[in-house]
Parts: sequence; structure tokens; C-alpha cells
Amino acid sequence: MSITILPTNGPPTVPAQLVEDFTPSLLNDEMHHLCPGCGHPVAMRAAAEMMGELELATRAIGVVGIGCYTGFASSLDVDVVQALHGRAPSLATGVKRMRPDSFVFSLQGDGDMVNEGLQEIIHTAARGEAVTAILLNNGVFGETGGHMTATTVLGQRTKNTLDGRDAALHGYPVPIANLIAQLDGAAFVGRSAVNNAGNVARTRRMFRRAFELQMAGAGFTFVEVLTMCPTGWFIETSEAPDYLGDKMAGTYELGVLKDPAHPAA
Amino acid sequence: MPARFMEGSEAIAEAMVTAGCRFFAGYPMTPFTEVLEHMARLLPGVGGTCINAESELEAIGMAWGAASTGARAATGSVGQGLSLMQESISELCRAQVPLVVVNMSRGQTDYYQSTRGGGHGDYRTPVLAPVDLPEAVELVQYAFHLADQWRNPVLFYGDYYLAHVQESADVHPYEFGPLPAKDWIVDGLNGGTGNAKLVSPLSSTKHHEDRSGYGGHLKFVAERMATMTEGIEPMVETGFVDDADFVVVSFGTAARYVRYVVGLLREEGLPIGFVRPITLWPFPSDEIARVAERARALAVYELNNGQMIDDVRLAVYGRAPVEFIGDLTLDMSGFGISPDYDVERLLVRIRNAFTAQMSEVS
Repeated sequence: MSITILPTNGPPTVPAQLVEDFTPSLLNDEMHHLCPGCGHPVAMRAAAEMMGELELATRAIGVVGIGCYTGFASSLDVDVVQALHGRAPSLATGVKRMRPDSFVFSLQGDGDMVNEGLQEIIHTAARGEAVTAILLNNGVFGETGGHMTATTVLGQRTKNTLDGRDAALHGYPVPIANLIAQLDGAAFVGRSAVNNAGNVARTRRMFRRAFELQMAGAGFTFVEVLTMCPTGWFIETSEAPDYLGDKMAGTYELGVLKDPAHPAA
Repeated sequence: MPARFMEGSEAIAEAMVTAGCRFFAGYPMTPFTEVLEHMARLLPGVGGTCINAESELEAIGMAWGAASTGARAATGSVGQGLSLMQESISELCRAQVPLVVVNMSRGQTDYYQSTRGGGHGDYRTPVLAPVDLPEAVELVQYAFHLADQWRNPVLFYGDYYLAHVQESADVHPYEFGPLPAKDWIVDGLNGGTGNAKLVSPLSSTKHHEDRSGYGGHLKFVAERMATMTEGIEPMVETGFVDDADFVVVSFGTAARYVRYVVGLLREEGLPIGFVRPITLWPFPSDEIARVAERARALAVYELNNGQMIDDVRLAVYGRAPVEFIGDLTLDMSGFGISPDYDVERLLVRIRNAFTAQMSEVS
């Protein structure tokens, strides 16, 4: 069906019609509490679509941390265990060890993974647990209202770094993906973003690679996704994608850091 | 299976495996370490997994994940390690995840921690405190049964003495009756159906409207805790209480000495008895109240500065005076076997308390 859209100043004469439903099949319809311009659902959509494409729905068990994205524990239509703040990698370890044929992924934000649970993600990677750890990194505690995390970039203003993160006062951001890539237990490590269509496509490719490698028994796989948080960054929604590109991607280089097909030289 | 002469830790580990435990994670710490060692040795042979966790936080997290898939899982430590696990223990109650947590407590004893916990909010965990190895073998298995029956963490309370003393024990399976089907577990098979499972301390299902949000979930959990406490029959051992003027209350290894010493004092002709709570939660309050109707005074002997005495006083409810005759008596290491675990010393202590109380009351 084609729809002709003509400019008009009057009210619409034709009622709204559903042209196509782009809702991912693994998403429950439910109210959410995410802000306009949030990057988390874009990343989550890519993950949900990839689970659907790889037919993992009836093999998937997710472990979700605590943050703005915790609502995905309910809205994702796959089995989920809700973890405490920082603890998702350990729960995912227990799940995978008891269900080795399942596809097991963990979902954490930067506060959850890099602040509260840094030790857990490092050890889980070092053990080479056959799970996929997903980090939604927006460099801020969005849920508490915009406070500094371990991944807040230098100069970034937060509610407890009012003049911007200053290395002399607040230390340096932790490039978690780079740390994990150093570990022998990590098979695949990639860092992507969702601030433009090209990066969304890159995110999808990384999810595909990580998910396929997990199911092939390659070991621990890790995908970090830089996401927008205009609310927590205290900027206009429309500015957030560029802010991510300028400020965050300048600190956190995008790309595949480790892949079994390309062993480090 | 014939009885064997074995170390407590080994019997406890064998009892866990006999109960069907297939996942264990722990961080080494005296006197819990040998339980972990034996689980690491035993589990691979039955298709199970034992992980030497990098911390107590990770140990209980791993066990949480394993239990969420329906496996019988356990973790443990000493009281110090359980201090680190308190957040998870309280939230496991809210997530309705069955898990057995073994506390091989150090000399300071952890009655407060076991029965009240250091976690947040309204939660309860049944606590089983055996007096010796044969009882430990049964209670370890009962702990897994209770955990599955009530979908709740259950604490098994041992100590250095139980872990390291060698005794004769017959590790055979116990049958405690039918259990509800585990229809709540995540097995990964439910995606894309609109009915995928959620195991969460924040909500019971993916559909929040089912229980009017987080507040509704907390109310549901609070009711569950009350139902569980009502539903578990308190376990208690008593001796000579029907004609006792003076009754000593004690639990665990300390009660083993009290039981023996009270027997000796009975032979001397003293009207004295003992009560030994086996479930520290639910506490056998009714039995202690019954004993207090007859006794002229009670005493509490525990190796700390007075913890269980609070529950004894609540149970006695003013019917009789309750005196604390315990002490924080530790060996040189601080986590070994109390110097008070000595029949002569305890005999003097209890006899003196009896004499003082009886002269005061009469």
C-alpha cells in the first residue's frame, strides 16, 4: 500500500494507519521509564533482534543488572534472572555452568559493571566463562540523576563533578574493554556505539559475532556499547549523538579489540 | 551405607551431594575451607560443578545463578564471609530462590547474624544448628528440602568443632516428603512466547501489574516470610525439664557439653535440665515457655557476650529469671575450639549458677 502525503494546514482527513510493525519479536509491550533520547533501547533492540535472527529465543537466559535498563528484565521476552548491582557476571556464571547449552548474556551499565562490580567482570572474563557480557556505557549514573561513574570522561560535568571530571581530583576513566582484551580468557571484545546508523549497524555486527562465538564454544565474549544519556549529560536531546561522538568516542575508541579470527600480532 | 569414621567437613560435603546439590561455590576461610575442599573433590564425579570463587560476593552470586536454573546449589563461609553475603541473602528471600548457605562459624559465634542477619528489609531465613555429626548429616539434607519447600535461602550453622572433629557418621539419603514442582525456574526455553520467566527480587513475573509494582511485591514477600515461619515446625531437644527447677538453654557444639554436664549434675541429685534449640529460626519459643512454667530459673550458655538470650527472654516472657552464664571464651587463635569446652570447667560454671540462682529465688 502506498500513502500519499500532501502538505496541508488542515486536520488529517485519513486516520493514522499502521504501515509496518518494527517492534522486535522478543519485546513485550510494556510501559517504560526511559527518557527521550536515551541510547539504551537502541542497543537493546539490536541485541533482541540479533537473538531473534540467530534463533536463540528458546535457548536464551539473560542476567540483568541494576540501572535504567533494569526494565528490560521485564520487557525482553526471554528468560531473565535479575541480579543485584554489580553481580550479574557471577549469576551468569552459575546459570551457564548449570545450563551449558543455553545462550547466556549479562546486561550491565557502566556504574553496575565498572564501579560496583569491576572485580566480577574481570574474573568472569579471566575464567573464560562462555557467556556474552554486554555493557551499556553512557558514562553516568542515569538512574540516580547524573552522577560520575568510573567511565565518566575527563571534563564531563556530572552532579558530583560540577566543574567537569578532573583527573587530579577524580582520577581517570577506566577503559574496561581494553582491560578485558588483555585477558587470555576473553575470546571476543568489541566496542561500539548507537549514536548514528553506521554505529548501530556496527553494534549489530558485534552482537552477531559475540553471540555466534558463544554458541560455538569460543569462551567469554564482551560487547561494550556507548549509549546516549542527554538527561544525565545535561544537554539537549538532539545534541547527544554528537556529544557521544566527540567526547566519549574520543576516550573510548570504537572497533573490535579482540577476535579469535584475528589473533594479536 | 555403613557408618564411617570421618571428619565433619567431609560428612557435611557428602551429605550435600547426597541431597542432590550439584553446584557449590566458595572462598577459602578457616574453618569452612575443608567443606569447600571436599565439594571440589566430590562434585565433578557426579556431574556437578564447584567453583573456587574470587570472593564471598561472587560465591553467593554464582550459587544464585545456578539455583535459578533449578539446580540444588549451595555456598558457605564463616560468619565473617557471611557478613559479606548479607545483601544477597536478604534479596534471595525477595527473589524466592532456594539456596543453602553453610556457616562454619568461628569461635565468636553468629547467633545474631544467623537469626536476624545484617541484610536490609523484611526477610527471614530458617537456621539449622546441629549438635553433632549424625545430626548434621540429616540437617544438611533437610536444609535443601526446606529451601525447595519454601523457595528461600536456608542457613546451616556449624563451627570449627563440627568441621574438624572426627566422628562416626552414616551418610545416607533422608526422605522429607513431596516438594512443589519447580515451575518457576529459568531454563531458557520460554523466549518469544510472551511467557518467558523472570527470577527477580523486584518482581515475581515480567508483568508488574500482577502485584501492583514493587510495593506490592514487598508486601507479598513479607506475607511469605510470615507463612514460612508459621509453616516450619521448630525443632528442639530437651532433657530432664519436667521436674527441673533450673534449666540451661544452649545450641550447637556448646549444647553438646551442656547436655553432658547437666547429666552429671543430675547424677549429683540437682534438679536441673537443659533445652537445645535445633532450629534457631523458627525459634522453639513455645517449648521454652512451657519449660519456664515449671522452672524457677533459666540460664543461657553460649560462647559470646549474650545473643540467643534475647530470644530465650522473649519466649520466657517474664515467667522466670533468665541468667546469662556464657562467655566469650576463645582459644589462642580466636576461631578454634573454646577452652570452655571442658567438662570440669563447665561443671563448675553451671553448678555455681544453679547455687546462686536457687538461693536467690528461694
